Amino acid sequence: MPEEHKLKEIHAETYGKSGIRRVVPGEYMAVDPKGRAVMLASLEKNKLVYILTRNGENVISISSPLEAHKPQTLVYYLLGLDVGYENPLFAALELDYSSCEVDPTGTAVQEVEKELVYYELDLGLNHIVRKWSEPVDRSANMLFRVPGGPNAPSGVLCCGEDTIAYRRIFNNASKVHRLAIPRREGPAEDPNRKRMIVAGTLYTLKGGQFFYLLQSDDGDVFKVTFDTQGGNVDRIKIKYFDTLPVAMSICILKAGFVFCACESGDRILYELESLGEETDDPEYDSTQFPVDPTKSFSAPFFKPRPLKNLVPVEVLPSMNPIMDMEVSNYAEEDAPQIYTVSGSGARSTFRTTRNALEVLDLVESPLPQQAVSVWTTKMLVTDEFDALIVLCMLASTLILKVGEDVTQAFNTGFLEDTTTLGVQQFGEDCIIQIHPRGIRHIRQLQFPNDDEAGTTQDLTDWHAPVHRTVVSYASNNRQLAIALSSGDILYFECDADGSLAKAEDEVSIGQNVTCIAIADVPEGYVRSRWMAVGTSDQMIRLYDLSPESDQFLQCVSVQQLTAVPSALTICQMKDNTQAGSSQYLHIGLRSGVYIRSVLEEYSGELADTRRRFLGPAAVKFAKVNAAGETAVVVMTSRPWLSYAHPHTSSFCTTPLHYIPFESAWNFEGAAIKGVICVTGNELRIFSFKDLTSNTVSQSIPLRYTPRKLVGFPENRVYYVVESDNNTIDAGTVESLKKKDGEDAAMKTEEGPEEDQLSPEQFGHPRANGLWASCIQIVDPVTEHAVIQTIELDKDQSAVSAALVPFESKNNEYFLAVGVANQLSFNPYRFKSASIRLYKVSDDGRKLELHHQTDTDDVPLALLAFKGKLLAGVGNNLSLYDCGKRALLRKAHTANCTPTRIIGLKTQGSRVIVSDQSQSITYVVHKELVHPNRLIPFADDTVPRWTTCAEMVDYDTVAGGDKFGNLWIVRCPAKVSEASEESTDGQHLLQDKSYLNGAPNRVDLVMHYFTNDIPVAMQKTSLLYGGEKVLFWAGLQGSLGAVIPFSSRREFKKFQQLELALRSSKEHKMISGRDHLAFRSYYTPVKGVIDGDLIETFLTLPRDEQQGIVASMAQTYTVENLEDSIWNMRALYAF
Amino acid sequence: MADKLRAQQQLEALQSRFIGTGNADTTRFEWTSNIARDSIASYIGHPPMLQYMSIGLGQPKEKTRVQLIDRMIQPVGPPPPVCWVR
Repeated sequence: MPEEHKLKEIHAETYGKSGIRRVVPGEYMAVDPKGRAVMLASLEKNKLVYILTRNGENVISISSPLEAHKPQTLVYYLLGLDVGYENPLFAALELDYSSCEVDPTGTAVQEVEKELVYYELDLGLNHIVRKWSEPVDRSANMLFRVPGGPNAPSGVLCCGEDTIAYRRIFNNASKVHRLAIPRREGPAEDPNRKRMIVAGTLYTLKGGQFFYLLQSDDGDVFKVTFDTQGGNVDRIKIKYFDTLPVAMSICILKAGFVFCACESGDRILYELESLGEETDDPEYDSTQFPVDPTKSFSAPFFKPRPLKNLVPVEVLPSMNPIMDMEVSNYAEEDAPQIYTVSGSGARSTFRTTRNALEVLDLVESPLPQQAVSVWTTKMLVTDEFDALIVLCMLASTLILKVGEDVTQAFNTGFLEDTTTLGVQQFGEDCIIQIHPRGIRHIRQLQFPNDDEAGTTQDLTDWHAPVHRTVVSYASNNRQLAIALSSGDILYFECDADGSLAKAEDEVSIGQNVTCIAIADVPEGYVRSRWMAVGTSDQMIRLYDLSPESDQFLQCVSVQQLTAVPSALTICQMKDNTQAGSSQYLHIGLRSGVYIRSVLEEYSGELADTRRRFLGPAAVKFAKVNAAGETAVVVMTSRPWLSYAHPHTSSFCTTPLHYIPFESAWNFEGAAIKGVICVTGNELRIFSFKDLTSNTVSQSIPLRYTPRKLVGFPENRVYYVVESDNNTIDAGTVESLKKKDGEDAAMKTEEGPEEDQLSPEQFGHPRANGLWASCIQIVDPVTEHAVIQTIELDKDQSAVSAALVPFESKNNEYFLAVGVANQLSFNPYRFKSASIRLYKVSDDGRKLELHHQTDTDDVPLALLAFKGKLLAGVGNNLSLYDCGKRALLRKAHTANCTPTRIIGLKTQGSRVIVSDQSQSITYVVHKELVHPNRLIPFADDTVPRWTTCAEMVDYDTVAGGDKFGNLWIVRCPAKVSEASEESTDGQHLLQDKSYLNGAPNRVDLVMHYFTNDIPVAMQKTSLLYGGEKVLFWAGLQGSLGAVIPFSSRREFKKFQQLELALRSSKEHKMISGRDHLAFRSYYTPVKGVIDGDLIETFLTLPRDEQQGIVASMAQTYTVENLEDSIWNMRALYAF
Repeated sequence: MADKLRAQQQLEALQSRFIGTGNADTTRFEWTSNIARDSIASYIGHPPMLQYMSIGLGQPKEKTRVQLIDRMIQPVGPPPPVCWVR
């Protein structure tokens, strides 16, 4: 296997260029198990077969396609059969609808048959034939391969509603074996509801035995086994296995694990404890069921139970599907958090996502008094592990010895009644302690018999000159530089016997030295060549330390800074240069700015500088080892890590998900490795878990699928309205259970059996057409839990919510919730609809129903507007005030938008109304006339199926649509002005409507295809002191930012880079699609640069980068481009 | 005349090859069912869209997928009765 862990394209065959369409093959792909042919099918008509031929080990070539088209035929599923080494055979579930096209009576639709069709690829003749077909159950939806070859049955398992049937080519009806899918037993279960199979897998054991794990739409997994005799199937058997979340795909690994690719929420890896043979669940076999599913039979039942055969071992976090999102700083941290509600059904969660690195807390222990700094050191240069921890207290120094446990050490030779500036293992067997009055040199510190008391061979002191103190130092194993309060720097090197030898020359700067840095001695060298010095005149000076050079201890380069440097460090870090690593100088400023520059090995020049503001406090550094690579912990108001990304080697700075600390040092112990740090009077050790992901999320479980998220910033709580279709609500479940319990009690005179099925694993009880819904209050900051749940009545669904301070009620807060009764989508129907008003308690943690107002359509959008409630009711826009017993309508615009209002946003008197299928409409509110007027004055030319919208400024709106586009539209300035002119809006009412819409049209500013449905969008800043970006969340879990360009020059640069990357031959998308065509999937991409494409530049090897730079029209350097890309992210996002 | 015939043949070939290629005699029923089938195929083919609908319906994606394909059989109702009067 190559080291790269990258997919490599072997062969690309183009067969359709017009996107994902009805007749472009690719919806289904089936492969012959022996790898000889591939069949691709579209939903309708087209099927292509490619023959794969192998030359040698890795070379695969694809033939030109063979066609097996059949017009007016729908394909439901496609499978490659296991036929051993006979001609490849494919099975498809097909339905020919041609008879329905010409039958006006509509009976043909009822009578059309679904067929299982076998296609044989004749390898000898290079020809595909439709070999055989048989009608199958009309509800059949899935096929599974049955192992073939000698002594194996071959054929398919054909699954449909309430059916799992074994079929094979050329069989007759008597040879078909059918199983019904077992149904759940339980008081809240409808015994007549039929299940279907939604996912599954075949697993072949050694020796030809095999079984299937098939999952029903409830999530129950069944084990299906075969009784065979020499290739003949006697019967098939089914047994309940376990219940997993509904999956897209289930995969059994050879090592005994089951991976469940859940449709929503976190993906789970289970360990196979047993194969389900021991459990006492009922087993059903095919002799119990008739082949024809329409004939009557007694339905099989089972009792769901907690996991018995599988044990969850690992969870892969996934936010898919995100339903709503808000960025805000409830936790009052440096940077805001991202709050999302995601998931569907009982696995829904409320998540708090932060930009941070996950760390593992290893040790946490109290200290006798407050510590200021911490160091660890080895005792001998050859030691593998750190032996001493040195803690600098306020006026003393504490030495701890690391053994089996950590104890205080005595007689170590260290000066203990002074503060310490630094500790360094020096030469072979010496340790030096740098303190304000000088240097203590300790030779051969040992702890005989692992005692707490140590012995030393020799102690030497070097005293600082009179009236001067040591203010700063830099050291490595062979070199030491100290800065005195007078602004002089003294340089020492390691003698042959390990003692300090002072250089005759000294450096005199005449400025206060704030920090010095010397890199570690490179392997094979006697010294490190460069010393960096930061001084109070806001400069960094670089000195040459090589005595052979004629510039010995002379300044070779300087760099001016914007503030006084507070810390420096030099280290070798991994990057994507040809050498694989470079020497970097890290500079921390008192203003909280962190700078990283490349320090040229030979000239001492600084290049490729990156700056970033990390927090409002002076920066300190600690060189550490994170996941095997050198990294730098940067301490300011909170800790950060500066590191190379493990996969791309690009430079990253990410905050740690940890408390702030004062000082840190690398710690390599025998048992634990990590970073040691002190905060107040606590000593902690932590390590890094994973450097690949730069976000951390915490989740709180919710009851149903969340629909809307409403924040209450003052009280730091969120209100989530949730609803689930095809689900029985909690109240009904309760009463069903009670009734069942009474029945059972009557029969057996025993108490009802308490069944403890957690909805999280088993889902809520389901029933077609019903709704279950609730409102939950979530506290993500202090309690990390749901604090109140209000369950709505049977068959009601909450569809919208808004927090409204009613002016007429003294600005008291009310939560308005739009509720629909008996809602169904196809066709769109509901029985009644209302707006419920809940009174919010003063602390925001309790809701109480105030009153309920019936509306004549479903209120899908609610908004607090000028102390009143603005509601989109169907396609009407109404303004309500709070009355005593109901809401009072103050203004009303009928038919404000063409379809249905699904979203409202406002600034000032302007309201942006999003329509379900007709983009957005600008509406102005005129409050000085009676009754108030809400006048639509501008709308869009394109029917965008809006999902979310956000006002970028007063005239500009950004939004997303159901097809996965992001767009920005802008109202023309004149129209915008005209809408504000009069106080009564009389002239707006007089304007003639244009082409059945509003009188004016908005202009398109930006358009971009994201391949994920944006569900929420917010203009916000993501960083402390950062500029605002448009942050959006996509249904499938994407979080994205649209960043504004502030200079034309930058824009040009990115545009050229995008163009170069787009046209680069080597640099193609893994899907093989053309980038421009992809981003312009529905509408040509406009006014936006694809940041995802741009950032792939950072991951390329250096020579490819240079190739791309060379192909650009203007001359840029790779460093310059990398710097720009990095800045774009660092200044706006993370 | 031969040219015209050839053009006619080419058009027919095109129509059989590419579903939905219209002609002067395309009926409202043919046109609308074609569009509806195209739309449904697009809902199924684009995973986010299928997921969006499945979440709204509160059912697994596979179930929505099968329901949508079933709808492709006759998306806009039965065809109008054929009238043979000239």
